Amino acid sequence: MTATWTVVLIVGVITIAIKALGPMLLGGGPLPPSATVVIVLLAPALLAALVAVNTLGGDRELEIDARLPGVLAAAVAIKLRAPVLIVVIVAAIVTAGVRAFTG
Amino acid sequence: MSDPARRERTHSDGVRAVAPLAIAVAGFGVSFGVLARAADMGTLAPIVMSMTTFAGSAQFAAASILGVGGTVASAITAAVLLNARYGPIGVSVAPSLTGRWWSRFLHAQLTVDESWAIAAEGEGRFNPRVLLGAGVTLYVSWVGGTVLGVAFGDVIGDPSRWGLDAAFPALFLALLVAQLRGRQAVAAAALGAGIALALTPFTPAGVPIIAASAACLLGLRAADDAPVDEEPPP
Repeated sequence: MTATWTVVLIVGVITIAIKALGPMLLGGGPLPPSATVVIVLLAPALLAALVAVNTLGGDRELEIDARLPGVLAAAVAIKLRAPVLIVVIVAAIVTAGVRAFTG
Repeated sequence: MSDPARRERTHSDGVRAVAPLAIAVAGFGVSFGVLARAADMGTLAPIVMSMTTFAGSAQFAAASILGVGGTVASAITAAVLLNARYGPIGVSVAPSLTGRWWSRFLHAQLTVDESWAIAAEGEGRFNPRVLLGAGVTLYVSWVGGTVLGVAFGDVIGDPSRWGLDAAFPALFLALLVAQLRGRQAVAAAALGAGIALALTPFTPAGVPIIAASAACLLGLRAADDAPVDEEPPP
């Protein structure tokens, strides 16, 4: 089995299980508060890491290229409360434009 | 959300409420299909992934890690960690899902960030019909968009030429800002980004993102601080 199919099948099965767990097993009963406060912070921590790595990450190095102005433009669009679709389009257009002009 | 008319919302209300988001989700489905092709994931695997995983940020993360030559383990771990939030989200909707086991299973699979938010009726209650209507709409948009992206990926060519590589951090940034409620979340995000950038030059692709998840342990310390909830003395 290829690496791609391994990832697709395992991630699919685990995600289906995670989504099903609460509704299938629970008759109520909240998580312990200590577990909740940790899990709630997973999303911001991971999303911030994804922003950083996808903006500045290279092949085992940090690099500043046309992605950075695109993401900065996206940040301005987010600040202006633009819809997510517009935010992504702004980032793509700015990055594509900077690439076109800088080769 | 309180509805003064007190009319009970149904499936079609879920479809209507989620329609604008569904257009955006279809757009992201297209860009996932394109990125997946660029990451050498083939044609069928990205579509199967959208049909089974049905979670944008996890799929983008897995595809981008595979695309830069990351290991299978780091792609799976990053995607699973990104989807870990569906544990507590599932717990939160569980009391509102009172049908047979197959009905609860179906509703659970269609519970994603957007359908969950739209189905919320306050005081911890969720409308299962709205959840189903919105969830099915998002599912069709996501899988349909992925098929389009995979099919036209070759026509579009190199995604980075069109700046699509910048679309990912932009998308994650938009999703992140929506999550930044409170100082704990901001601190976890800053530490997560710092850990990821610090490790990037020294570790295989994907590892910095997994290591960044350790930032969520700030929650344990913040929980001790939480009852105080006031500015530290100058």
